[in-house]
Amino acid sequence: MSEHDAAPGAAAQQVRAFLERRREQIAQRWADAPLFRTVFTVSRDEAVEASKAVADALAAVAASGRLEDITAAGYGTVREQLGRTAAARARTGCSPARIADEVAALRAPAAELLRAEFPDPAAPRAQECLLALALLMGTLRLVVMETALSTGEDLIERQRQQLLEATTPVIKLWDGIIAVPLIGTLDSARSQVVMENLLDAVVAERARYAILDITGVPTVDSLVAQHLMKTVAAARLMGAECVVSGIRPAIAQTIVHLGIDLGAIVTRARLSDALVYALRRLDVEISGPVPAVAGRP
Amino acid sequence: MQTSPGTAATILPIGSDADLAWARHQVRQAAAALGFGLVQQTKLITAASELARNTLVHGGGGHLEITPVAHGKARGLRLSFVDTGPGIRDLELAMTDGYTTGGGLGLGLSGARRLVHEFRVDTRPGGGTTVTVVMWLAGMPVPRPGTG
Ligand SMILES: Nc1ncnc2c1ncn2[C@@H]1O[C@H](COP(=O)(O)OP(=O)(O)OP(=O)(O)O)[C@@H](O)[C@H]1O
Ligand SMILES: [Mg+2]
Repeated sequence: MSEHDAAPGAAAQQVRAFLERRREQIAQRWADAPLFRTVFTVSRDEAVEASKAVADALAAVAASGRLEDITAAGYGTVREQLGRTAAARARTGCSPARIADEVAALRAPAAELLRAEFPDPAAPRAQECLLALALLMGTLRLVVMETALSTGEDLIERQRQQLLEATTPVIKLWDGIIAVPLIGTLDSARSQVVMENLLDAVVAERARYAILDITGVPTVDSLVAQHLMKTVAAARLMGAECVVSGIRPAIAQTIVHLGIDLGAIVTRARLSDALVYALRRLDVEISGPVPAVAGRP
Repeated sequence: MQTSPGTAATILPIGSDADLAWARHQVRQAAAALGFGLVQQTKLITAASELARNTLVHGGGGHLEITPVAHGKARGLRLSFVDTGPGIRDLELAMTDGYTTGGGLGLGLSGARRLVHEFRVDTRPGGGTTVTVVMWLAGMPVPRPGTG
């Protein structure tokens, strides 16, 4: 190895040695930096411990010499911790740019300690080491941002999945009659879930009638209409007749202009009307005041 | 037709199902802000939903531009759906009720045209597709193309 090649590697090793030797001091300073201080509010010791873990990770990365590699194994141990820290900052309304700045702000206190290690901080070796530290800290910043972003994506995806399931309950209204109140956007993924839940319930409840109430669906375009028709057709194959209720006047007009023909589907204005329809077809005696009849002559 | 003074265009990406939901939401907001009634809002949002999905599914993604417009006293909303996809080879065929190359109902383009006041398609095979629609506020004089 020529001296030329050795220099940067040697600087990285020197930074590693520095991070290990000055671990305690660095952690003490970082614990007071906004990134850690604002997250670990209960105990300063926790902030110090978190800072030490980051210093150890950086030392490991420096040892591997891959200062600019965000996939360096050394970050593995702190990735989750940094992600949680960034997420905690984000929850308090911190923008990603601000979090990035707070990570960047960790460099100055560490650089100050590093500079103090050299009798002449202007000497070339000192400059090389400071540069190595700067690279290392720059990469750390990217790691935090990447971790924070992917944590956010996971979170959104999780919430989306929960929403998918939470908003498509199948309700048993009567022996042989089930209902699904559809709420929100019916994109392809949700329509699929709705259809599966409904068909499962048709089998489980031995349903003869399934009411699809779309009062809570804001937009009925050709795709949503197509999904409704497919669901109705599939339920029919399972031996259940579907009734679509809750088509609001504005949506009815729009569907007609769009050119969608729902003629093959039984529709009723309200969920209660649909229930009465199903009960009558099942020859259930309806006596007393029936909610669906209210408001009608 | 002029764009309304002091009201800038909003540009929204169309690259996912989530973008479609957001685009509908933004069109609803813009229409409500201009004072569109519920039926008109619903028609415009539904047309937007069809055209934005075409941009996504057939055009491979693109963007939506929402611009408040004025013509004399009339106020309206212009929506442009822009993609750089394959374009539409036979526009007349594509505008036919029930024509689809993708297993849909084939009502998106033709249905959207019936829901709005003005409708224009600029497309070239290999050169992308831009569909522009305008909805004028009800109760206002609707400008005729070619006047003013
Ligand atoms: N932006 C576009 N780029 C390329 N081709 C398009 C575009 N928009 C529409 N098309 C073509 O026009 C055809 C008709 O479009 P239309 O929206 O009417 O029906 P669809 O999208 O196939 O079904 P759906 O009824 O679900 O909308 C499409 O199948 C497609 O071939
Ligand atoms: Mg379409």
